Amino acid sequence: MPVSADGSVTAPAAAAAARAAAESPWRRVAGDFFRNPIATFGAALLCLIVLAAIFAPLISPQDPYDLAQIDVLDGKLPPGSHAGSGNGRFWLGTDDQGRDMLSAIFYGLRISIFVGVSSTVMALVIGLAAGLLAAYVGGRTETFVMRVVDIQLSFPSILIALILIAVLGQGIGKVIAALVTVQWAYYARTVRSAALVERRKEYVEAARCLALSPMRIVFRHLLPNCLPPLIVVATVQVAAAIALEATLSFLGLGLPITEPSLGLLIANGYQYLLSGKYWISFFPGIALLLTIVSINLVADQLRDVLNPRLSR
Amino acid sequence: MSADPVAVSQGTAPATAPAAPLLAVLGLRTHFFTKAGVVKAVDDVSFTLAAGEVLGLVGESGSGKSMTGYSLMGLIDPPGRVVEGSIRLKGQELTTLPAEKMRALRGDRLAMIFQDPMMTLNPVLRIDHQMTEAILAHRDVGRAAALARAREALVRVGIASPDARLKAYPHQFSGGMRQRVAIAIALLNEPDVIIADEPTTALDVTIQGQILYEVQKLARETGTALIWITHDLSVIAGLADRIFVMYAGKIVEEGTTEDVIDHPAHPYTRGLLDSVPSRNPYGQRLKQIPGMTPSLIALPRGCAFRERCARADAMCEAMPETTAAPSGRAGHVMRCFHPLA
Amino acid sequence: MLVYLIRRCLQSVVVLLVMSLIVFVGVYAVGNPIDILISPQADQAEREQAIHALGLDQPMWMQYFVFLRDALHGDLGHSFVHSTSALRLIFERMPATLELATVAMLFAIILGIPLGLWAGLKPESASGRTIMAGSILGFSLPTFWVGLMLIMVFSVMLGWLPSNGRGETVSLFGIPVSFLTLDGWRHLVLPATNLALFNLALMIRLTRAGTREALLQDYVKFARAKGLSNVRVIGVHVLRNILIPIVTVIGLQFGALIAFAIVTESVFAWPGMGKLLVDSINFLDRPVIVAYLLVIVTLFIVINLIVDLLYSALDPRVRLGESRS
Repeated sequence: MPVSADGSVTAPAAAAAARAAAESPWRRVAGDFFRNPIATFGAALLCLIVLAAIFAPLISPQDPYDLAQIDVLDGKLPPGSHAGSGNGRFWLGTDDQGRDMLSAIFYGLRISIFVGVSSTVMALVIGLAAGLLAAYVGGRTETFVMRVVDIQLSFPSILIALILIAVLGQGIGKVIAALVTVQWAYYARTVRSAALVERRKEYVEAARCLALSPMRIVFRHLLPNCLPPLIVVATVQVAAAIALEATLSFLGLGLPITEPSLGLLIANGYQYLLSGKYWISFFPGIALLLTIVSINLVADQLRDVLNPRLSR
Repeated sequence: MSADPVAVSQGTAPATAPAAPLLAVLGLRTHFFTKAGVVKAVDDVSFTLAAGEVLGLVGESGSGKSMTGYSLMGLIDPPGRVVEGSIRLKGQELTTLPAEKMRALRGDRLAMIFQDPMMTLNPVLRIDHQMTEAILAHRDVGRAAALARAREALVRVGIASPDARLKAYPHQFSGGMRQRVAIAIALLNEPDVIIADEPTTALDVTIQGQILYEVQKLARETGTALIWITHDLSVIAGLADRIFVMYAGKIVEEGTTEDVIDHPAHPYTRGLLDSVPSRNPYGQRLKQIPGMTPSLIALPRGCAFRERCARADAMCEAMPETTAAPSGRAGHVMRCFHPLA
Repeated sequence: MLVYLIRRCLQSVVVLLVMSLIVFVGVYAVGNPIDILISPQADQAEREQAIHALGLDQPMWMQYFVFLRDALHGDLGHSFVHSTSALRLIFERMPATLELATVAMLFAIILGIPLGLWAGLKPESASGRTIMAGSILGFSLPTFWVGLMLIMVFSVMLGWLPSNGRGETVSLFGIPVSFLTLDGWRHLVLPATNLALFNLALMIRLTRAGTREALLQDYVKFARAKGLSNVRVIGVHVLRNILIPIVTVIGLQFGALIAFAIVTESVFAWPGMGKLLVDSINFLDRPVIVAYLLVIVTLFIVINLIVDLLYSALDPRVRLGESRS
């Protein structure tokens, strides 16, 4: 039926499906992804940010944590100022220690992205295992795992993270542990619901009757079907993890000053904000914002591309 | 507005069309402007409807029959719009009517009943509310008077203990009961025309029969004209005075029920009749129309049915005009170069 | 209905018990309980004495029982820093947080629902697209940084609004509130806006999605076929239906607002219980942390109950008494 009651046309969807069958799924996803100019912009921006983080030591005008390179006399200079020692300009100004903000932001991005990505990967593995276990084993195990997930997800992430920090103490490992704890439940829930849909299908039942090994059923049949929603959730969660780490660090409960992430840079500039020296907080915030926005743009488009049914 | 002489559609012979029809549709075209192209959902549809007449509008999904109904109601939403043609109700042109005047007509002179009774009633509003608001939107009466009228309408469609039912929510009704309520709502303001868009399709067969019988009775009692949209010829056979068969936005055959059912001229009508189970001898395989309804964006040139039609030849690459059917009966017309004798 | 209420309350008690066990194990058993309950300055003899006095030489289940018994008597320990009852400290700070969260939620509702409705009715228009783009920004902006920017613009650059504290408060039923004085409002506007931002974005998205879905429903088309005015179709038929998920989310988000007030309160030095929690974590004032946690869990349970009751009031299909399975 080409025209549904609301007048929308379903024929192009059918054409798209036919085309998708002909191409490889990943090529189709990539093709659909870059059709949206805003998403393409987001992906390009994200690439730039990640490259800047990876190559921070190469592209930064100075090493902001090498005391030999910074001069307290250059402290709190506004953006565009010349360094007192004569070499170079501080395009984004300096902080109270005379540190070049641009360099500090590149280094901060490195730490923020490292913490965000590594916690996401760990949470992904744990959540995936828990979700698959729940979906495959079923019964009491499933009830127990999902009950824990439900209870945890009914509390805001910041609260859970703060309590964990309160119990565990501070430090980069502990912050990552807290972020992993906050995140795993999302993956477990996503994986289980995707796997459940698949488990109900008859071929899984058939595979069981044939006494195929559980591992084979899980990895060949259940896992591939969980991947698309999982990729979307993971992308969103990287942004959430980066934001949460920044928040914890801003509150002084996250990373130690030896690991100056963007959140810590912003917190550092807070006290100078009231005297009008905005740049110390402003620019790291912009970097944080661009990172989160670009990830969210990519995630939004991924959601549309990977799951046409789940239209917003 | 006075009823000026309405141009009778080319296909409708004067014998069946009353001198001053209640509703006259002429050259109606409703198109949807989508990114994929223009969808001609309704493409040059003309017909007339007399007061108290029951008209069957038959066709497969996507043939444009529902869109014809929505066009009459002025309920076509963007990207769709009525691009051409005229709709006259008692001589009043509806296609150029301002939105507020059209709203005032909807539910008052023209009412509509939808296919799925589970979906047409608002799940979170009580029945009394949903009924009285339809009266209060058109009549300057008090709430009590509106309520009394709603109660009366429920009684008329055969709902027991109407007082309790008025205070109930839709989920407390069965499907058949909900459709009765929807019919009662359509009847509230005693409209001139009720457009029923497959109102029995979603119901059990036994309930279907009851509803059909009652709608027919009510229409006769109140003198309301009915346009009954369906894909099922067997439903309409016992109900309609005249039948219009639609395919790909066009009326391909029209005539009295007897003409169309007993002497179908268009191969498509024949196909529809052959696929009705009850009309076929037991044990014989049902005939299906091969192929699918064509996409309205990429319609074949000429007769839209030719790719599914056994009788089609090179001639059918031109669009057949509406001509008299071989039955020779007045008002029995069709669009086909190779009609069945 | 009454049966349902009783059952729900019993369930809540169970959840609270489970949470108290988790909190107990988490804070009392993972950390060294001596450090939590006894001032670090105490000497060895005092410690021994305190261990005995507090029953810490007893087995674990016994300790939990004692903790529970004290908790039931409203005794969640004493703050090291403020040397008053932890629970009392929290209750003193709670009105400020509730006031901030309520005003923020009102901001989000009053702005978010009309904007979302508009974006849902005109999804293709420039205004509709702008609203949606803004809501994506609302999700992405880190709350604490937006708070700083608000201070930068409205306090530092423009000098219109103060950047910290509650301002002048008046007593309402013995509780100090800011929203009844002009000065209080001036102090309230920035933090409430800051806290509202995420929920504003959420309200817009939720209302827009609900509106778009409702518009496709047959009951909307039927309502229009009845000849109702657009105002009535949208204001009654659409709004009543989308209100159900919205009220649910408002309820659930209110709990989240109280939690996220931790950040906003820290930025704007708003003397609520969120700021108290951050300070307590910084000072390792664990009894206050435990008390905060149990109070907030209770709050969440109460909010969930209220949301369920409201839900049944709004959606006739939900019959609380009947869901006995």
